[in-house]
Order: sequence, then C-alpha cells, then structure tokens
Amino acid sequence: MAKHTLSVLVEDKPGVLARISALFSRRGFNIESLAVGPTEHPEISRMTIVVNVDSSPLEQVTKQLNKLIEVIKIVELDPNSSVNRELVMVKVGATAENRGEVLDVVQLFRAKVIDVASDAITMQIVGNDGKISDFLRVLEPFGIRELVQSGMVAIGRGPRSISERSKPVAVPVPPAAHA
Amino acid sequence: MSEQQGSGADSQAQAITGAQSLVRSLEAAGVTDIFGIPGGAILPAYDPLMDSSIRHILVRHEQGAGHAAQGYAAASGRVGVCMATSGPGATNLVTPLADAHMDSLPMVAITGQVGASMIGTDAFQEADIRGITMPITKHSFLVTDPAEIPTKIAEAFHIASSGRPGPVLVDVTKSALQASTTFRWPTELSLPGYRPVTRPHAKQIREAARLLLESRKPVLYVGGGTIRSGASKEVLALAELTGIPVVTTLMARGAFPDSHPQHLGMPGMHGTVAAVAALQKSDLIVSLGARFDDRVTGNLDSFAPGAKVIHADIDPAEIGKNRYADVPIVGDVREVLIDLITTLRTEQEAGNTGDYEGWVAFCAGVKKKYPLGYDRPADGGLAPQYVLERLGAISGPDTIYTAGVGQHQMWAAHFIGYERPNTWINSGGLGTMGFSVPAAMGAKVAMPDQTVWSVDGDGCFQMTNQELATCAINDIPIKVAVINNESLGMVRQWQTLFYNSRYSNTDLHSKRIPDFVKLADAYGCVGLACESPDDVDATIQKAMEINDVPVVVDFRVHRDAMVWPMVAAGTSNDDIKYARDLAPQFDEDDL
Repeated sequence: MAKHTLSVLVEDKPGVLARISALFSRRGFNIESLAVGPTEHPEISRMTIVVNVDSSPLEQVTKQLNKLIEVIKIVELDPNSSVNRELVMVKVGATAENRGEVLDVVQLFRAKVIDVASDAITMQIVGNDGKISDFLRVLEPFGIRELVQSGMVAIGRGPRSISERSKPVAVPVPPAAHA
Repeated sequence: MSEQQGSGADSQAQAITGAQSLVRSLEAAGVTDIFGIPGGAILPAYDPLMDSSIRHILVRHEQGAGHAAQGYAAASGRVGVCMATSGPGATNLVTPLADAHMDSLPMVAITGQVGASMIGTDAFQEADIRGITMPITKHSFLVTDPAEIPTKIAEAFHIASSGRPGPVLVDVTKSALQASTTFRWPTELSLPGYRPVTRPHAKQIREAARLLLESRKPVLYVGGGTIRSGASKEVLALAELTGIPVVTTLMARGAFPDSHPQHLGMPGMHGTVAAVAALQKSDLIVSLGARFDDRVTGNLDSFAPGAKVIHADIDPAEIGKNRYADVPIVGDVREVLIDLITTLRTEQEAGNTGDYEGWVAFCAGVKKKYPLGYDRPADGGLAPQYVLERLGAISGPDTIYTAGVGQHQMWAAHFIGYERPNTWINSGGLGTMGFSVPAAMGAKVAMPDQTVWSVDGDGCFQMTNQELATCAINDIPIKVAVINNESLGMVRQWQTLFYNSRYSNTDLHSKRIPDFVKLADAYGCVGLACESPDDVDATIQKAMEINDVPVVVDFRVHRDAMVWPMVAAGTSNDDIKYARDLAPQFDEDDL
C-alpha cells in the first residue's frame, strides 16, 4: 500500500461531495484526507484526496470516479513534482514559566501564535505531514489540549495548470428518445 | 402570471406551470409512453399529462412501472420512462433502478418530491430519493427551480441513452411543479465531465488484429453490450470472417444466432460444456461488451489460465476490473467491430489469416459430445425444459421472451433458442425475482406487433403478478408461462446439492395455493393449465390464438428437475459438472 494524492476537478453542484465520498466507501477505500474548495474557475471546485491503496485498485477507483457525471478531471500528483501542505491549529497548556519554551518551538518550526491565554497558547503551522508530525511530537510534553487539522491540499510544480483544457464542452441535445 | 420573458412574441416563453413544463419537456424528449402511479407530490404533473399525446399507463405497483420501463427499453432500444410520487412511490422504484444500472438499460425515472421548503423536515412522504439512488443510477438530479426542468430532462435523456446506457432519476419538488415558469427546450447541454468515448483507438485495433492472427485458440466472448450497441450484424460478420467460435453470455442471448454452427452457447455457472470449455482452454478471449462477471468466470484465479484478453467496452472502468486486459479497447463495441473487421479484411487480402482449424474442430467436438439435455421424469410428469423447448419451437424466434430469476430463467436461456437481438430480456446482474411480468408488459407496449411471452417461476410470478390487471385493462395482451414447480427452485437445487436436501423454506405449495387459473380469471385474463407432456403443444397453441387479453399458463412441472450443467459457486470452471456427479472428459489430444 502506498499513499496517493488525487486532485479532482468537479462541477460545483450540490451533492457532488456525497457522491465522491460514497463511491470511495462502497468500493472499500478509506479516505485519509480530503479537502474541497473553489478554484480559479467559479463553476469548478477542486478536491484533494489522499488515499492509502495499491496502484491497481487505485486505477479502478479513478475510473469509477471518472464515471461520475460531475467529475471533470482527475490527476494523480506525483510527490516529486508537486507541493503539498496542510494546516494545523493546536492549543497547549503554557504558563508564564514555560511559555518561553513553547515560543522557542514555534520559532524553530516557523509556526505562528494565534491566541494566548493565561494558561494556554494556541498556534498554527502550515507544512507537509512530516513537518507537522515533528512539530506535534515536540509539543507533546507541554500537553496538547485541542488539535484541529485541515485536509491536505496539493499543487503541481511548474507553469502548467491542471485545469487547462478542462473548459466546459457543450454537448448537442440528444436526438429525440424515439427514432 | 402574465409575465413574459425575452421577445414576448416568442410563444415558447408564455408563463406555464412547472408541471406543464415537465410534460412539454418529456414530449420534446420524444417520450410516447410512461408507466407510473400518481400521488401527492407528483400530482401537479398528472394534470397536464391528461392533455398530452403521451400515453400514461397506470400500473398497480411502482416496481411494476420501473420493470416495465426496463422491458420497454430492452425490447426497443428507446429510453423507458416511469413516474412515481415522493417517499414510498420513489423507494418502490429502487429495485428497478438498481436492476437497470446493473444491466445498462436506458431509463429515466421521474419522481415527485415534497416542496422545497419542506425538504429535510421529515415531511409526509419525504424520502431523499436522490441520495438513496446515488449508487444505483448513472446520474440523479433534484430539481427545485422550475426554470431548470427542460434542461434537466434533456440532460437526463442524453445521459441515460448515450455512452454505457443506464438509469437516470429526476426528482422534482412539488413547489417547482406548481410554480410559474417558461418553457425553453435547450439547444445544447453543458456536461463538461461527461464525454463518453465511442471511437476506438486505431493502434489498439491493430494490436487486437495482430493478437487474433497469432492466436491458435481464440473465442469471441459476446456480452450484453453488443445488444445495447446494436452490433449483432457486426458480431456475425467478424465470426464468419474468421471462423472463430462464439459464446454469448446470459445478457447477450440473441446477439448471435443459436442456430449458427460456430455458436457454442452460453458460458458461466450454468453454461454449456462447450462454451465453458472453450473459454477455459482458449489462448485468446475477445471480450465484446462483456464484463467478466463472477457468474461467467467462476473462481477468477483459475479462469482461462492460458488466455490473453482483448477487452472492448464503452466503459473504461470495466476494462481490467476483474481480468487483466492485454489489449484494452475503449469504444462503442459496434464501432470496434467495424474497425476490427476492416483491419482483418486488409490482412486477409495480404494473405494473413489465422489458423484455427484444430481448435474449431475441438470446440465442435465438445459441443457434439455434450449437447444440452435433460431427463424426462420417470413418472411421466412434465419436464420444465421440455415446456421451454416447445415454447421456443412453437412461438418462434420473432417472439420476445422475458424471464424472472432462477431455474426457469436458466432453462429459458438454454432451451428456447434465440436468433435475434432484443428478443431475450431478463434480470442478469441484479437477479431480481418478479422482473418478468412487468418487463413483458413494457416490451409489449414498445413492440405491440410482436408476441411477448413472459416465462416466469411460481415464486417470481407471485411477486409482481398484480400487473396482470394493468395488462388486461390497457390492452396489453402478454402471455405468461408459469413454470410451476411449487418451489423456490434454484434455492431448492442448492439445498439438494449443498445442504443435504434439507429444504428450509423453499416449498411454496403453489400447485395448491393460489390457483393460478382462477387468479388469471380474476384479473380478466385467460388461465390455462397443463401437467402432461402430451398437452404441451396444444396448450401453447391455444395460448397463441388468444390475442385480445393476456393469457396465463400454469405449467405444472416436475419439482426435482435441476439446472445442468453447473459450476458450483466459487469453484473453478474446470470443475464443471455436465449432470450430477458427471464431469465431462476432454480429449486434450484433439487440441
């Protein structure tokens, strides 16, 4: 099994997220992470889906995804030629005595403090999963009170966009149902 | 209500209700027949339907409407249409939608939905039918804006009938049906994610031709896709050009004439010995609109171990799904065949032909040694296979035959004899008991000039026979042959073979209750009964002569008859049994 990152361009229509997540579950795949958001085209949304699966069942699920009418394009992003990021917000206990230590960690990881209370501190970090797990490991001893993590988003390197050549194509109206 | 859009002079832009727009859209899509039942949420649509040219057939159960739409589509190739109200009306369509999805039938289901403001409130007769049917439809829409009705209907018919056909559900809220709108039939559709590939890739065709010429033991594995794409003529042309043996799956019976000497019959769990053996021992399987279903392959790891595979299908997801394809070809199977035939002809003119002589002789030998057969009951009772053999002989190959699921379906597939496409209609993928009678009704509405025989089991028949009322009232004179072995016969057969003849809950007592002749009579149909082989021909003849009302024939057959040949579930096709405890012997030296 290996981790694969799929970028899926979909029409921004109601129910499309349900269709995609249901398809993964009924074909027996676990989604590790999923992020949805708008793109440079207002009518198109982009999903970044991370799955842990062998490549031959992945091909099958990709084909099944392609059959969904609202799925426009699917691209598997190669980790070597793409950049991926996730965002974590984490709250740890920190008093006046050890706040300095926490801030050292923030600086080391180039994270950011987004809220401070008298006995707690909340930070955000953006990075790939390796950096994030290192950050959380170092924070562990301070006592993680709350943690929230976004799905991973990813984009290919270089000048090209995956949404190129995916502009809507008009299909002629069907000939009448009767011959 | 007097608002007009655009030029104002445009008569199309007059304010009408969403319900009127729905009916006009269905007319514009070419619909002439709808099967359905009204109810609260869909009620607004039934009012303008009264003034429409569309014939609406009021069925007795929504499941009947759905299967009728399937039978209509399977018999004619046109899109079958059914209509139901929200909640239970819509959920009763779930089985036909799933069935049409499995068997790739073009079908559009229109359902009413509660008013838009009520959605999500657990309103009376509310069910999220779009959500429920997502995994069992090709696509589904929820329409809340009346202005979208024409576009969504046009998209539904386009999606249902193009590419790999399938069912599309359009759920329309009562508020959209009641609102004021204008009708404008779209001139183009925007479906950026839907571009079915129909033209095969030339390189793949050349590669397929090369494999065909190199192979020594090829088989044409013909599936239901050849029927949906109307490719029977091309299948025959390829078979005759090359001389390669042909097998037709349960979904493809009739795609290639049963009488043709190259035809080895149906492969699979209950396939003929010749068809199963040909696939098992082949060195090249040419799959044409088939999907390597588990009922064809048996245990996949031991299926056709020496064969390379050319897999042609319009659905790329079918290729390589179950069996690796050496040459994948995405495209409409008819276009694939046309291109392949052209390439092979060119090769032939250049003197390149395949050498299949030994193989063809081997297959013909197996076919001769292990023909389809059955035992006559020792007590003089009626053999079900005999009934179907005679039905096929007397009613002939222009008849449309529909079947339910079980023993009668397998016997009907084997013993009737099919010569033309779209004459054999059954529930292959989903295996829906109760499919036969409503499907026959739909087929008869689509093709009123053809005789339609519903072959049904006594178990299946009792699931949907209420549609006999619909047939009797609406002048749909179908004929029903109930193969009555007073059991859930296929399940009983498995109990005989795998559960030490412990018959748990398979005895239906249907030779006692109900009385099928009286039941037919009660429904305004003619009821006949037959329990002796001597009366079979006369009974069928009598049924053939009645064309003004439906006929039901209760064929009271021997209950212990079994379907042979058989490959036990999950085992290898090499372990096929010709009859109980009888394995065929192949003379491998002939190869």
